[in-house]
Amino acid sequence: MNRLLRLSLLLPLLGLAACSSTPQGDLSAYPEPTYSKERLVPDDIAQRDVQAGVYDPWEGMNKRIYNFNYHFDRKVFIPVTNGWRRYVPGFIRQGISNFFNNIRDVRTLANSILQLKPEKAAQATGRVMVNSTVGLVGFIDVATNMDIPRPNEDFGQTLGHWGVGKGPYLILPFLGPSNLRDGIGFLPDAYLQTELYGGFLAKPLRSTIWVFDSIDTRSKVPFRYYETGSTFEYETVRWLYSVKRDLDVEK
Amino acid sequence: MTRRCWLVALALLLAAPLSALAQEGYRYPIRDRWISTVVGTPAQIKAPLPTREEIPLRKRRVDVFPDREMPEALWYDGKMLYTVALQKQDAAPVMFLIAGTGAAHNGPKNLMMARAFYQQGYHVVSLSSPTYPNFVGSASSTGVPGHVFRDAEDLYRAMEVAWNDARGRRTATSYSMIGYSLGGLNAAFVAHLDSQRKTFDFERVLLINPPVNLYNSISLLDRMIENIPGGEDNIDLFFNDVLATFSAVYKREQDDVGFNDDFLVKVFQAFQPKDEELAALIGLAFRMSSGSMIFTTDVITDYGFIKPKGYKIGMHESLSPYRQVAYRIGFTDFYHEFFYPFYADEYPDMSRDDFIESMGLSSITDYLRSADNIFVIHNQDDIILAPGEINYFPAVFGNRAKIFPWGGHLGNMEYIENVAHMVGVFKQ
Repeated sequence: MNRLLRLSLLLPLLGLAACSSTPQGDLSAYPEPTYSKERLVPDDIAQRDVQAGVYDPWEGMNKRIYNFNYHFDRKVFIPVTNGWRRYVPGFIRQGISNFFNNIRDVRTLANSILQLKPEKAAQATGRVMVNSTVGLVGFIDVATNMDIPRPNEDFGQTLGHWGVGKGPYLILPFLGPSNLRDGIGFLPDAYLQTELYGGFLAKPLRSTIWVFDSIDTRSKVPFRYYETGSTFEYETVRWLYSVKRDLDVEK
Repeated sequence: MTRRCWLVALALLLAAPLSALAQEGYRYPIRDRWISTVVGTPAQIKAPLPTREEIPLRKRRVDVFPDREMPEALWYDGKMLYTVALQKQDAAPVMFLIAGTGAAHNGPKNLMMARAFYQQGYHVVSLSSPTYPNFVGSASSTGVPGHVFRDAEDLYRAMEVAWNDARGRRTATSYSMIGYSLGGLNAAFVAHLDSQRKTFDFERVLLINPPVNLYNSISLLDRMIENIPGGEDNIDLFFNDVLATFSAVYKREQDDVGFNDDFLVKVFQAFQPKDEELAALIGLAFRMSSGSMIFTTDVITDYGFIKPKGYKIGMHESLSPYRQVAYRIGFTDFYHEFFYPFYADEYPDMSRDDFIESMGLSSITDYLRSADNIFVIHNQDDIILAPGEINYFPAVFGNRAKIFPWGGHLGNMEYIENVAHMVGVFKQ
């Protein structure tokens, strides 16, 4: 029930998208600036602009969620991860991080099979088997010490592999940049991971495990909203995310 | 282990007399000024310093102008961001750090200096460049950065506000300051201002790879972008080429490859870019930061430069058209069509050329010549200096200027010998 509730959080987003406002104001009533787009950027050059090339019809809504994430980061997420780093000893944090990575390796295994990628499936299998046993249910990353590479595949990539396009760019609450395809792909991955936690965690831990997963993930990402030094950060992040996901699908 | 110790000791013994040969003994390995500027210092020969996790770095935000209302498009930049690392004991010397063009209080170069001087027992207060969008929005009195005297006043205020905000029970036994690149030029003018106001009475000031004249340096940086094949019209194709280069390396690596210095080195080894391409890359990086600065300045002042005057950009509005324009405006265009007209009224007796000349170290040469607490570290082959400008430093600062024979623009800043010299300035 709880799980269904969490997953259904995403659905209202799609509804919100429909009433997203137009992201460009009417400039015709104002005097022309010293350097206007009309004067400086001819249409053929504007069309080659790679950063504006990402399909983002929900920009208005996305920016609202982007700003929500900024506030959530500042008020909750970052203070919590700072405390996590300050008060939890390094080897315990590392152990917990390894535990989550082991679960994600199962996700990679499943998606490598779905994409018929035997090499990655074999690597992921080797990792999960070694880490779940010798590595004490994942707390010690023995596989990396044995130089087994760590592939990364998720259901968004699986959809991409079988030809599903990215769809519109989408900022997810709490999670950040995504697109419609990857946002939907997140659901089966999250379902699988939740089932796995259920496999070997006591009940009280099971319901809070996502919190620790998020803290662990966030504490390893140095990105801070609106602190990149670029006033055009939203577009640059959008562009880089899209390029990276295209590459991940190709790999 | 013991054997290795002996080897190191032997190497040090051999190296000692060599270092007496000064420049001939300089071991920073990259002699190409473009490569050093882009690649910096290889990890193995960086000065050993505490890591970021090992010192108590804290990011803080403070209201410099509490009454200022931010335009909607820049709603998030109302407070000034800065970084501090405070010693455990109350009384300690204070070190202010000023970042270079477009760089943040917590950029890698400022944090390297913070690590070095926290280790030396300083309370460290690290500030962004006055050209950093957050500084323009929150701490610039006019909103138009680049004016060396005004920027110095803004920085002075920012230093006072930041130290009072952060200090708590701490006391300063003395104050010192370092600025690198444009921050070095800023630091010289802050020191000049302090010689009148005396709030800090700086014990030592160090300028690392500063420009001599702002306009000369921005002209050089502007021209670098002309190295893009096919010229500025192809800036997007060049963007794509650079990205394709990174992509190719990314694709042949394992999935768990990280985007760090090692990755950069791999890209470098795979493609061995020509000097012209590196110059274009530096020009592009500079263009991206000047673009953000120009947009911020235009929105704050409502000058009507790339945004129509009077038009208020909404919080959720697309900024694409402004980015496209901003990335096609050189710093020199901004200088002539915005910066100079904006300030010209204050200087009715000055010609444009005189004004340009005044925005550089030459307008305080007499002060710098006699200020025996101001030191310089520079490189003979720095790419942001016009031909001959490097000679200004030995001529004015005498033996307070240390000129390394190569290292490009800040390429050798983290090199073990450079860091030793940087720290040494504050021990003399």
